[in-house]
Amino acid sequence: MTYEAVIGLEVHVQLKTRSKMFTRVATGYGQPENTLTDPVVLALPGTLPVMNKEALDKIIKAGLLLGCDIAPVCKWDRKNYFYPDSPKNYQISQYDQPICRGGSVEIELPGPSRNVMGEHKKIELTRIHLEEDVGKLNHGDGVSLVDYNRAGTPLMEIVSEPVIRSADEAFAYLTALKAVMIYGGISDCDMEKGQLRCDANISIRPVGQTALGTKVELKNLNSFSFVRDGIQHEIRRQIGVAQTGGVIVQETRDYDGEAGVSKSLRSKEMAHDYRYFPDPDLMPVEVSDAWKSAVRATCPELPFDRQRRLQSEYGVPYTITSVLVPDRELGDFFEEAARACGKPQAAGNWIANDLLRELGAARQTLAQSKVRPQHVAALVKLVEDGTILSNAAKEVFIDMFQTGEMPDVIVARKGLKAETNMDELEKWCADAIAANAKSVADYKGGKESALNAFKGPVMRAAKGKADPKRVDETLRRLLSQ
Amino acid sequence: MPDQLFNRSISDLSRMLAEGKISSVELMQAVIARTKSVEPRIRAFNSYDEADALAQARASDERRAEARASGNTAFRPLEGIPIGIKDVISVAGQPLTASSQMLANFVSPYDATATVRLKAAGAICWGRLNLDEFAMGSSTENSAFGTTSNPWDLERVPGGSSGGSAAAVSAGEAIATLGSDTGGSIRQPAALCSVVGLKPSYGRVSRYGLIAFASSLDQIGPFARTVEDAATVLGVISGHDPKDSTSLRLEVPDYNRGIAEMARSGRKWKLGIPKEYFGEGLDPEVGAAVQAAIDEYRRLGCEIREVSLPHTKYAVGAYYIIATAECSSNLARFDGVRYGHRSADARDAVDIYFKSRAEGFGAEVKRRIILGTYVLSSGYYDAFYLRAQKVRTLIRRDFLEAYKEVDAIVTPTSPTPAFRKGEKAASPLAMYLNDIYTIGVNLAGLPGISIPCGFTKATPTRVELPVGLQIIGQPFKETELLAIASAYEQRTHWRERLPKL
Repeated sequence: MTYEAVIGLEVHVQLKTRSKMFTRVATGYGQPENTLTDPVVLALPGTLPVMNKEALDKIIKAGLLLGCDIAPVCKWDRKNYFYPDSPKNYQISQYDQPICRGGSVEIELPGPSRNVMGEHKKIELTRIHLEEDVGKLNHGDGVSLVDYNRAGTPLMEIVSEPVIRSADEAFAYLTALKAVMIYGGISDCDMEKGQLRCDANISIRPVGQTALGTKVELKNLNSFSFVRDGIQHEIRRQIGVAQTGGVIVQETRDYDGEAGVSKSLRSKEMAHDYRYFPDPDLMPVEVSDAWKSAVRATCPELPFDRQRRLQSEYGVPYTITSVLVPDRELGDFFEEAARACGKPQAAGNWIANDLLRELGAARQTLAQSKVRPQHVAALVKLVEDGTILSNAAKEVFIDMFQTGEMPDVIVARKGLKAETNMDELEKWCADAIAANAKSVADYKGGKESALNAFKGPVMRAAKGKADPKRVDETLRRLLSQ
Repeated sequence: MPDQLFNRSISDLSRMLAEGKISSVELMQAVIARTKSVEPRIRAFNSYDEADALAQARASDERRAEARASGNTAFRPLEGIPIGIKDVISVAGQPLTASSQMLANFVSPYDATATVRLKAAGAICWGRLNLDEFAMGSSTENSAFGTTSNPWDLERVPGGSSGGSAAAVSAGEAIATLGSDTGGSIRQPAALCSVVGLKPSYGRVSRYGLIAFASSLDQIGPFARTVEDAATVLGVISGHDPKDSTSLRLEVPDYNRGIAEMARSGRKWKLGIPKEYFGEGLDPEVGAAVQAAIDEYRRLGCEIREVSLPHTKYAVGAYYIIATAECSSNLARFDGVRYGHRSADARDAVDIYFKSRAEGFGAEVKRRIILGTYVLSSGYYDAFYLRAQKVRTLIRRDFLEAYKEVDAIVTPTSPTPAFRKGEKAASPLAMYLNDIYTIGVNLAGLPGISIPCGFTKATPTRVELPVGLQIIGQPFKETELLAIASAYEQRTHWRERLPKL
């Protein structure tokens, strides 16, 4: 029997807000333990939550970008459970009225090769709701300590429909989701900082069956690769169980990405009763059309839309757009350079190849780069109008990456200007022809490639600064006289 | 006796302070001396800090002297007045115990908004007043630190949960106090101790810094000797607070000016008498005193009408579902992890929860947490919590319907006068029925006040005991409510009777 997998993902994304979800203390990562706290975060007796509007703006933006229906009212519920990382022992969340319903994430599946665009499809969403993050337990030698710095950070839970069919699709979904979040300025989605976390619900069923199989929840998938590996592993495990006549039990399993193994955490019988009820401390907030419109006005073009536009309007190939587009700043950088020089393909090549290579080698971010779009545009122009040659341009690029000087300044400083003294070029070409009678005969006898025999001596004489195009023209002219 | 400083009203004392007849330090010393003399019998306070109170009084006197020197004679409304605070309302640097072992050693690092406003008005924050543990009870017997006595009969309870706040005003241990009212916790002890107790409309006073019992019902309010004093304190503590999203953005009127204007205008109030509040269980002498008060209103020219609040009989049931559901969640934070009692025997995280909470909470608190956990459980939510919320809507509708005909509703505050300590301790249900007249007000979010309206007759088994009259106002119409209360107060002299201590 052949089986197919049915996968739904629950992705938690921390919103990039200055302050926490229900109080004014700052959000942050890597601060000394328990410094990002206040009486509200620590749930001291008598404290009350007050909603952070910026968080609501951001989740509405996420919902609009993903095509969700935005609820007319934002309502809060309490999810009750005891755990030491949860200061109130309830989490303020949204139960029956999530702020966003429906919507979808456009994904791109791996193409036949890295240079070829893969198939696109849409993964439907069930809902997106807002809640508060919990603190972090640090387990030491016989003691566990709690750090509440993370507690109360605005957290979005994005739940997909069970329509993901493979580990690769799950990977593509996360990649696309992350790009949208970064484009919207909603989150940086840095998994190492816990800004994006993913749980997967996985079941299998015989191909052709419509009913869903028993699902297993996989937790602690702490990188995109571990999500892919963990799902693959779980599908194999379930198929193995099914094929050997076993029964797949509903449970939560912990996936160890390093070791590539999973183990059961808890079964369905131990599932919590969260005793949800509306939070009486927070009044429902009306999300008016005016509010939604104001947020909509801040929504950027989606990454895949931008990629399609760059390809069709600018004629930039997929190999370049697939590098430039996922990073919004890089895409903006490219568009600015392309507009400034009018040669999008050339600008794209410089940015996708040379700039990224140099940034990587120097371990710099784009923001730190001394090369700005106007540098790239100016360099493209110098090459296009023949002022410098491509070899020289490479040298200029590395120099401007280090110094931040404009390319014309570097060309002047280094004397890299292409040779344009026609008298000298005429002489070098005439000398080369005079020195090689055999090739002259060959060329005149119709052997086109014989022309190359003269180019080496001319370039040597010009110390590499001659424009190959002009050399070619001059040689042909002299030989035809 | 009413001439003693510690028994005077805020308005009297403010005048004396303004005229320089007394200093705030002298007033504070008088209150401290009185407290030391009666506190062994009353036990209204969980704790108080004499030195701190005197330092606050000195600071007040200095402020006053500075203001005078610069020609300023407009003093802040509570300048130099000692105000006692129920031990569920946070004052920075002072204990905050909720009369629970759970918080026996907890000191709050921050001020409640009501506290911030009292301080800004020049008040002296004086002492931590006893209550039923986490404000759950009607007698102050559920305090982990001992029961407060009713100043009118030390064998009897002062009511609750704000028993300490009521007893302190009655016994001269504070000039006014703050309490909190979730189902009658201000009005019922005010009635049992013969003082004025006001529960504002839900959303009028910020709850920030009030340990939550039932968030959708809790309100902070004042205990005072006169309606005018209650209005003064209310004026100080009310108003929108950005730290409490349930506090309303409504302008705070000058209540006393409003009361005076309404008195001058000679407005004839229409008062509703709900027939459901005068049935079975009402002590005949309480009924008689309330009836006499109604007659007094009639003599004042008010129109008295019978009204009906048909869903009254469901109020206690709905209340004990909603209040316990909310409390089961609100009290989850008391887990022994970050602050409060942690069991010495705890071995791991789960053990910390079980043992700390088993040791830290008293029987009534546990009973309510268990009940609340049950009614919120999967499969029971619709039948209990959701249905109770619907009842709540119907109860509010009953009141709003009645207010189409009347300005306010007049009822007894409590079905009985103060009962003996231990008398109802064995029966939680009998205790819950104490709040039968006050609970609907919280469910409907209305303002309510209890004012003294007489005493029961002495019998061989019972000394004369105070009776309270409850007046229930329309949402956010505290001025009208206070004006109606004041009209009666001006015609009677119950305030002149003081407990013999």
